[in-house]
Amino acid sequence: MKKSLSIKTIVAIGIGSAVYVILGRFLTIPTGIPNTNIETAIAFLAFIAVLFGPIAGGLIGLIGHALKDILMWGSIWWSWVFVSLFIGFAIGFYAYKVKLEDGVFGKKEIISFNLVQIIVQIIGWGVLAPTLDISIYAEPANKVFTQGLVAALTNIISVGVISTILLISYAKTQSKGSSLTKED
Amino acid sequence: MAVKMLGYFERSSVIHQLSGFTKLVIFLLWSSAAMLTYDTRILIILFILSMIIFKLSKVQLKEIRYVLMLILFFLLLNNIAIYLFSPQEGVKIYGSSHELFSIYGRYNLTLEQLFYQFNVTLKYFVVTPVALLFIITTHPSEFAASLNKIGISYKISIAVSLALRYLPDIQRDFRTISQVQQARGVDFSKNEKITKRLKNVVSIMMPLIFSSLDRIDTISQAMELRSFGKHKKRTWYSERPLSKLDWYSLLISIFLFIVIIIVTFHDGSRFYNPFN
Repeated sequence: MKKSLSIKTIVAIGIGSAVYVILGRFLTIPTGIPNTNIETAIAFLAFIAVLFGPIAGGLIGLIGHALKDILMWGSIWWSWVFVSLFIGFAIGFYAYKVKLEDGVFGKKEIISFNLVQIIVQIIGWGVLAPTLDISIYAEPANKVFTQGLVAALTNIISVGVISTILLISYAKTQSKGSSLTKED
Repeated sequence: MAVKMLGYFERSSVIHQLSGFTKLVIFLLWSSAAMLTYDTRILIILFILSMIIFKLSKVQLKEIRYVLMLILFFLLLNNIAIYLFSPQEGVKIYGSSHELFSIYGRYNLTLEQLFYQFNVTLKYFVVTPVALLFIITTHPSEFAASLNKIGISYKISIAVSLALRYLPDIQRDFRTISQVQQARGVDFSKNEKITKRLKNVVSIMMPLIFSSLDRIDTISQAMELRSFGKHKKRTWYSERPLSKLDWYSLLISIFLFIVIIIVTFHDGSRFYNPFN
């Protein structure tokens, strides 16, 4: 682990994982297609990853998803847990691109954030999850690829709508960085 | 909304007496073994063993009935999905086809498919009791101590223990917020259109997340004041020294794990093929 893991990041990982579990357990929106829900937990993961960076994002994905699985099902579906880790980690890098603490999250950021999340999630759910399912669990290929694509689609919607709203609102609570100028 | 989640049950049994470290190692070995092997003979032996362990723990079936129902339901759905998407998967794996009867097109019922799906299901029955027991019989703070003991940095272990500690608090927050919003007339049920529901869901998430961010500030300041992270190591209040019982169980499970891996992979295939 890097030395730079600050206390705040550690606490964010802990609390973030707990929020992930609660959202994953209690707050999903059924789409009407059996067994496919819009997961609000993933939207939260994307949001918190942008706030606290890749390490926090990845670990919240890992710990949150693993805890959720084990508290809900009693066993962990490792391949998808790994995808959560990947998504939190990859979207976390976007944290270096925006200055949320300066209250900046305009049109440009909305577009770039969504581009990032769409690419990351297609790789994650569409490619990584099915590949791991096949290699670890020997599940039928077309089943897991269908599941992966459906998950990619619903999660892209979830992050695209919910995380974007969350990020905009969060940016509004921060004071504009450029609102003060230094006196001569 | 009386929704239950699994949690620690205080009890006095052999399983409870084992240290958290032992249980964590056994749980990890057990679930990796069950994940890797598709050898039916091994799975059946493991299943019988897991039943014995479950009996030893004195946990009653009715205490975990809710979770069990969820798992069974999920297994049923998963099995149906596997059959719908790939009715010939078993034939592909075992390389032969014993047709029982034909339904439509490629949807026939073969012994191979039945056997394959039996194995998939059995894997769950092997992992689940042990995983459930691990959660039920290990105290959360001991769990953090054992994570640290198997070599995970204590900062990450603390993060896990924080997550477990704050789960009930955040669940309570969540429930309060959701009831408040419903009292204000925000609808989360099926009656709303999906786009509207997506928006309504945000009205729960927003307060929940922002109060959690406040929580993060408070806790990290408190930890900062107590100089958390100053030293390379830390001690754990709830850590227990390993007893004789722990050593025996560890040795037996490591031995078992090695045997399983050898038996599974000795012929180059994870599957046990009874059809040849």
